Amino acid sequence: MTMKLLVIGNGMVGHKLLEELMERQPPGLEITVLCEESRPAYDRVHLSEFFSGKSADDLSLVKPGFFDQPGIQLRLAAQATHIDRQQKRVTTADGEVLTYDKVVFATGSKPFVPPIPGNERSGCFVYRTIDDLLAMQEWGKRSKVGVVVGGGLLGLECAKALRDLGLETHVVEFAPRLMAVQVDDIGGQVLRRKIEELGVTVHTGKSTVEIIDGDSAHQRMKFADGSYLDTDMIVFSAGIRPRDELARQCELGVGERGGIHVDNYCRTRDWDVYAIGECAYWGGKTFGLVAPGYDMARVVAAHLCALLERKQALQLPEFVGADMSTKLKLMGVDVASLGDAHGTTPGSRSYQFSDERRQVYKKLVVSGDGKQLLGGVLVGDASEYGTLLQMMLNGIELPESPEFLILPTPDGNAKPGLGVDALPVSAQICSCNNVSKGQLCDAVCAGATSIGELKAVTKAGTTCGGCVPLVTQIMKAEMKRQGLAVNNHLCEHFAFSRQELYHLVRVERIKHFDELLARHGKGLGCDICKPVAASILASCWNEFVLQKEHASLQDSNDYFLANIQKDGTYSVVPRMPGGEVTPDGLIAVGAIAKKYSLYTKITGGQRVDMFGARLEQLPLIWEELIAAGFESGHAYGKSLRTVKSCVGSTWCRYGVQDSVGAAIDLENRYKGLRSPHKLKMAVSGCTRECAEAQGKDVGVIATEKGWNLYVCGNGGMKPRHAELLAGDLDTPTLIKYIDRFLMFYIRTADRLQRTSVWRDNLEGGLDYLKDVIVHDKLGLADELEAEMQLVIDTYECEWKKAVADPQTRKRFQHFVNSHAPDSNVVFVAERGQIRPATSEEKRSRRIPASVVTE
Amino acid sequence: MEDVVTTNGWTLVCDLEDIVPNTGVCALVDDEQVAVFRIGEHELYAIDNFDPNADAYVLSRGLIGSLGERVVVASPIYKQHFDLRTGECLEAPEHSVRAWKVQLQGDHILLGQPAR
Repeated sequence: MTMKLLVIGNGMVGHKLLEELMERQPPGLEITVLCEESRPAYDRVHLSEFFSGKSADDLSLVKPGFFDQPGIQLRLAAQATHIDRQQKRVTTADGEVLTYDKVVFATGSKPFVPPIPGNERSGCFVYRTIDDLLAMQEWGKRSKVGVVVGGGLLGLECAKALRDLGLETHVVEFAPRLMAVQVDDIGGQVLRRKIEELGVTVHTGKSTVEIIDGDSAHQRMKFADGSYLDTDMIVFSAGIRPRDELARQCELGVGERGGIHVDNYCRTRDWDVYAIGECAYWGGKTFGLVAPGYDMARVVAAHLCALLERKQALQLPEFVGADMSTKLKLMGVDVASLGDAHGTTPGSRSYQFSDERRQVYKKLVVSGDGKQLLGGVLVGDASEYGTLLQMMLNGIELPESPEFLILPTPDGNAKPGLGVDALPVSAQICSCNNVSKGQLCDAVCAGATSIGELKAVTKAGTTCGGCVPLVTQIMKAEMKRQGLAVNNHLCEHFAFSRQELYHLVRVERIKHFDELLARHGKGLGCDICKPVAASILASCWNEFVLQKEHASLQDSNDYFLANIQKDGTYSVVPRMPGGEVTPDGLIAVGAIAKKYSLYTKITGGQRVDMFGARLEQLPLIWEELIAAGFESGHAYGKSLRTVKSCVGSTWCRYGVQDSVGAAIDLENRYKGLRSPHKLKMAVSGCTRECAEAQGKDVGVIATEKGWNLYVCGNGGMKPRHAELLAGDLDTPTLIKYIDRFLMFYIRTADRLQRTSVWRDNLEGGLDYLKDVIVHDKLGLADELEAEMQLVIDTYECEWKKAVADPQTRKRFQHFVNSHAPDSNVVFVAERGQIRPATSEEKRSRRIPASVVTE
Repeated sequence: MEDVVTTNGWTLVCDLEDIVPNTGVCALVDDEQVAVFRIGEHELYAIDNFDPNADAYVLSRGLIGSLGERVVVASPIYKQHFDLRTGECLEAPEHSVRAWKVQLQGDHILLGQPAR
C-alpha cells in the first residue's frame, strides 16, 4: 500500500512528526510538507537567543540532508489556502493543487493582537517567527524605547529580546500581575521586583485604548486610566490563538476559543485529517507547550505507520493529555509553575516560603491528607523543580513535613531531595522527547557514561534542557549501581581524575612526576599519565619541559619540540602571531625550507608548516629560524596553537576594531600555555566574522563598542558553534575573562577534552560558566588571574632554550653511536617538493629525490 | 663513538649517561636499528627500533611505562604498546618485534644478539 501524506506546517511539532516517520521508514509513504515560512523548522523555544548571538542556522532543527531523503518533499514559502475534503485536495496560495490520502494539520498558532485602534501602525510588531525578529531588529536600530504588550511567559521573553537590542524596555500587562496564568499574587510580585531590577519597567493593570502619534517618540499608547506612554516600537505578545482557519472553512469542528477537535489518535471528525500541536483541541483545551505537541506527533506517526502496515489498533499509543508544568529562565530569573499552582483543588492546603532579601518565593500545594503534591510555584530559585515535578507526576508520598522540600537548609547545602532511586522505572524524565528513567538507565548500561553521550543516544535534555540536572543524577546513580562507580581514574597508576591530580599538584606544590607518583600513584606511569602530569606541571609551574625531571614525561612531539610524521620525520612550525609575517620573515622561512629540502604548506591557523625534517636537522633549522626572529609555534604541544585574525580596521573597509593587533597581543600573552588539549583562538574585526572565531575555543568579535567574547567552539570532527560569554567588553576586561576562562578550563577539564566537550559536560551549562567567569560566583577570579599571570611571566621560547643547552641538543641524533641519518627515511618528488616514499617505492629502492639544496 | 666489537659477540653502543633516565635511544648495530631503554638508574632493555604498525624506525622515541607487571614502550606514531622484555606488541601480536640482549659493564652499555 502506498500513502500520500500531506503535512501542513513545518514548525517544531510538524517537524517532529517528520522525524518520527522517517525514523520508522514505513514502506510506501510519500510525504509532502508545506511550510509557510521561507525557512524550514527552527527552535521557537529558544527564539530570544537570536538576539543574544544565535543565528537562524543555529536555531534550525533540520539535520543536514534531512529533506534530501527519498520519500519526502519540502515546499518552502508555500501556504495552504483551501482544502476540499471530498476530493481530498489542498490548494496553495500559488494555485497549486495537491492531492492526499491523509493530511496532518500542524499549523501552530498565531499571535493574538488586541483590537486596539492603531495596532497596525508602523513600528508595531508581533513576536513569533524569525522574520518577525528580523523586522524588530531592523526597526530597533532606529529606536530608543520599546514596549511589550503582554506580561505572560512570551511577553517576558520578548522583553528580554528588546533589552538585548539595547532599548529602554517596558512591559504593559492588562492583568494585575505578571504571568497571571502560572504564578500567584506573591509570586507575581517577586517576579516583578526581580525584573524591574534588571532595568525593565513593568506596568500592570493597564488597558490600552488607542495608539497614536507620540511627542517624544514614534508612538503614544493611551491607557484607560488616562495615562500614556511614548515609545518607538510596540510588540504584541498577549497570547496566541490556534491557526484553525482551514479547518473552520471545511467544517471540521473547532473549540470555543479555537483549536481543531481531535480524538486520542489526534484524528479530527474526518479520519483522513489529523491535527497536532498548538492548533489541536483535545479534552476541552489546547496545548501551548512543545512537549504535548511532540507527544501528539509521536501518536500520529505511530498511527500512520500502523495503517500502512495494517497493524491492530489495540497496541497503539494514544494522546492522554499533558502536564502543563513549566520551568523557564526569564531574563535570568528562574520561574516554575507546577500542576495546580493556584490551589483550586477542593480541600488542598498550601505551604509558602518567601525571602525578600534574596527575592525568592516558593509555594507547595498539597492534597487535604497531606500525602500528595498537587502543584507549586517557584520564583527566583527553581532548583527543586525537577524533584517536585517527579514527586507530583509519580504520586510519590510526601514526607511528614513537606515544607522542608522548599525551605533553605541552614548550612546552605543542597537538600537531599528525593533520591532518584525513589523514581519508578517508567517515570518520564524528559517530557519533550518522552524519555523514561528506564531508557536512560539502559543507555548508561550500553555505555553512555557522560552527559554528552547520554543526550546524543537518548535525546533527553536536547529540547528545552530543563531535565538535564535530573538526567545527570540518574546517570550517576546508575553508574554507581553498576559498579562503574563513576570511575574517572586517569589510568591504572593514578586513582584520580585529571582534575583531582591538578588539585593535588597545586595544593601540595608538587613540582616533579617522581614526587607525584611516589605520593599518589603506583607502578612506572605510562603514556596516559605521564603527558597529563607533564601538562599539569607546566600549567602550574611552567618549568622548561625538557629539563631532566620532565624530559621523560613528554610525548615524542614535546620531547623533540616538533610534530612526528608517519615516516618518523618531523614538521617545524615557527610562530607567526595573528598570522602576521614580514616579507623578510617569509623569505627567511623560504630560504631555510629550501636549504633543508623541506616540504612547505600553509596551515589552517595562518602560518607555515615545514615537513620532512630529520631529527638531527631540527636544532640546525631552529638556530636559523631564531636568528631570523622566530619563536617556537608550539604546534607540537597540547597548548595554544594560533590566534587567527582577519585584517581588521587597519585596512578593511568594514572593520570596526584592530583585530590583527588584538590577535597578536592575545597570541603573545598565551603562547606556551599548556592545557588539557590544544587551544585555538581567533579575532574578527567586525560582525562579518572572516576569522571564523565562532569555531574556536576562544573567539573574539569586534563590535562598535568593544569586543564580544565567544567560548567553547570547535571545528574538526564534531563542529560546535562557540557561545557568547559576554558582550561589548573593553580590552582589559576581555583579557581578564579569557585569563579566567582558560585557567578554569585547565583546572577542571579531563585529559584530552577540548573546551567544546568540556562545556557539553559542564553541569549548569553556559549560565554556570557565566556565573564563574563573569560574575565570579565561586570567588575564584583573582586566583585564576594570578595563576595565569605566573605562566605569562615565566614564558620562555622552548627552542631558544633547547638549542643553547648542550645536554638537550645531544638528544637530537637518530643514532646514539653514529652520525648517520636514518636510511629508512626516503623522499620522492611531487609537484616540485618532497613527499615520503611509499613502502612500494622504498622496496624498489628508488633513489632519493634530488631536490636542489644550496 | 666508534663501534667496538668484543670477542664474545657483544657490541659497545654507548655509556649509561648517554640515556636520560626513563627514555630510550637508537643504536646502530651491524646495519640494524635497535632501541635501547633505561628505566630508573640501571635497568636496561632493548628491542627493534622498527615499528611494524607504522612502517617506521621510531620505537626508541616512545614513552616508557608499566601495564600491570609488564614494562612497555608506546609507539609515538599510533601508540601501540610493546613489551620491553619480549618485544610483544600487546594490541597487535602479529606486529611484535625482537627483543635484544643488553648488559651494563661498568658504565658501558653492551648490546648482544636478538633473542630468537
